[in-house]
Amino acid sequence: MPNSILVFCEQRDGQLKNVGLEALGEAHRLGTSSGVAICACIIGSDVASSANDLSAYGASRVYVAENASLAHYSAELYATILSDLAARLQPVAICMGATAMGKDIAPRLAAKLKTALVQDCVSLKMEEDCSLVATRPMYGGKLMAIVKPVSLALQVVTIRQNVFPALELKPNTSIPIEYLALPTTRTRSVAKVREVQQTVGGKRELTEAPIIVSGGRGLKGPENFKLVEELANALGGAVGASRAAVDAGWKPHSYQVGLTGKTVSPQCYVACGISGAIQHQAGMSSARVIVAINSNPAAPIFKLATYGIVGNLFDILPVLTEEVKKLRKKCA
Amino acid sequence: MKQVPATESKLTIVADGNDIDRSNLSFIVNPYDEFAVEEALQIKERLGAGEVTVLSMRQHESQKPEEALRTCLAMGADKAILLDGPAFHGGDSFTTATALTSAIQRLPFDLLLFGKQAVDDDGGTVGIQVAELLGIPHVAVVNKLEVHPVSRAVVAHRQVEDGIEVVEASFPVVITCQKGLNEPRYPSLPGIMKAKQKPLNTWTCEDIGIDPGRLGASGAKLKTLRVEPPPTRLTGRILDGDTSTAVKELVRILHEEEKLI
Ligand SMILES: Cc1cc2nc3c(=O)[nH]c(=O)nc-3n(C[C@H](O)[C@H](O)[C@H](O)COP(=O)(O)OP(=O)(O)OC[C@H]3O[C@@H](n4cnc5c(N)ncnc54)[C@H](O)[C@@H]3O)c2cc1C
Ligand SMILES: Nc1ncnc2c1ncn2[C@@H]1O[C@H](COP(=O)(O)O)[C@@H](O)[C@H]1O
Repeated sequence: MPNSILVFCEQRDGQLKNVGLEALGEAHRLGTSSGVAICACIIGSDVASSANDLSAYGASRVYVAENASLAHYSAELYATILSDLAARLQPVAICMGATAMGKDIAPRLAAKLKTALVQDCVSLKMEEDCSLVATRPMYGGKLMAIVKPVSLALQVVTIRQNVFPALELKPNTSIPIEYLALPTTRTRSVAKVREVQQTVGGKRELTEAPIIVSGGRGLKGPENFKLVEELANALGGAVGASRAAVDAGWKPHSYQVGLTGKTVSPQCYVACGISGAIQHQAGMSSARVIVAINSNPAAPIFKLATYGIVGNLFDILPVLTEEVKKLRKKCA
Repeated sequence: MKQVPATESKLTIVADGNDIDRSNLSFIVNPYDEFAVEEALQIKERLGAGEVTVLSMRQHESQKPEEALRTCLAMGADKAILLDGPAFHGGDSFTTATALTSAIQRLPFDLLLFGKQAVDDDGGTVGIQVAELLGIPHVAVVNKLEVHPVSRAVVAHRQVEDGIEVVEASFPVVITCQKGLNEPRYPSLPGIMKAKQKPLNTWTCEDIGIDPGRLGASGAKLKTLRVEPPPTRLTGRILDGDTSTAVKELVRILHEEEKLI
């Protein structure tokens, strides 16, 4: 189908990731004006049951690669499945989330197909000739680059999470679903995932959370992170940390937001006792709403913040958590 | 190893609007590549065998990768190779991966260590593409690495959204390095002195036997139409008054105006 966009919808443990649905939504939005079909692909060991659901998010056709051997992610295998499918469909673009998995598959896939790759897009536009013009942050978000493929060829893009809205259409249970045969040529040595150790245990993962409350050196010690955690719980969000807090050993590195940590793009980011160094901004400047709580009115975080409270976080956070809880109760 | 503008740099855009002005910038070893160099040195020290070669490609005329390569030699690397010449300028991740691959094919290796991303283009792409072009496995964004020389294999931990993937792969393998892997050392004074005597060879595209048409701007798959500053945020509002007033106002805004709660 030359007139199609192929979207890889990532799942882990049978759970579809939001970002795959966001990619479908964006592909649908790009495609409707030019009559492009939206082909979704899911890969894993027990995934077929989600195939029908994808119609509600904009898919017009679903390809399923299901096999026990796909239970654990494999870059080589997943990229081969997608490149074989792309060779057949000849889509105008392949789109997936800029997740740990997506950012790992996309470079292999683009190299296999000898085609252009744009990682971590925050905006996409389709030209009349069906090529995609993509906007992506560079230099830790200090600049945006607007890029376009040199020739009219298929391109691979990964999209940043929480940036593109997912659709919610009426599910169409009769969209075509096709099961893919697994690639057979396995002569090369491949990397194998031996196990996945859960670290976050039930808590919402940082990069997917719609609201993040982060703490920095201003918290003074690990025990005070509970102030941040209580606010995050009240807001239904996740907890993050600055590098100073991580380096001090108050939180593991998986909590770190910034240049050498995670890049997040939540609806709302609350920075508590974080100065807002450029390397911290690199990880959070694309949040829709930024709230800063800091005792120093000259802290750089206030230049970025949508709303700020200048003051002592030890006074502010408990009151804020209380007020949020009160409101929640009232609205419930 | 890529040399990149220092992370504190103030960036200005060139007149054409499609690149940054590099003329007044100071450059550093890409922070993630420091983890890669350090890991290579620690593996060599642990095994008491092996050789560490650092490879860099000059992508822009204004870059001075020789300085960054000397830094890596001063940290303890054995030798350095610079891919240099106009054919390598411009280009994208794919042409970089293509050039590095051709050079790597001329060198003996078991492990190829990269940074997880270069902090200028933020691509996160080159290491993985080199693995694909060489037809070997990769493990990306690794924060813990075990090397087993006898079975010629690695066990690597990589951080994913909700956990850690423990991945096994055989030599030769590409690893891209994430913070947490190690603490990069600073070059010592004797190290700096010794580095001056260590070999730093320059290879051109003829030396690595690759058609310049596949490199740099002429081989690139992508072109940059323009670069621009990120959309300016509306100037923020500082919520005044005592704690209780400011907090109440914030909660009201987040609820009524921003519809977040
Ligand atoms: C190569 C490189 C990579 C880096 N990567 C990252 C990264 O990924 N993420 C990251 O975060 N940083 C990173 N950094 C570090 C960064 O430069 C800063 O050092 C770090 O972000 C500072 O953390 P902080 O804001 O918690 O601490 P500080 O800068 O010390 O700020 C603490 C803030 O708390 C405020 N405060 C103190 N007491 C109170 C109180 N009682 N109430 C309210 N406010 C209070 C202070 O006014 C201050 O603004 C990197 C640096 C380099 C060089
Ligand atoms: N010009 C270069 N020379 C040598 N290594 C490079 C170059 N560009 C990128 N790399 C390597 O590839 C990694 C990822 O780069 P990127 O895909 O651009 O984010 C870097 O951390 C380096 O290890």
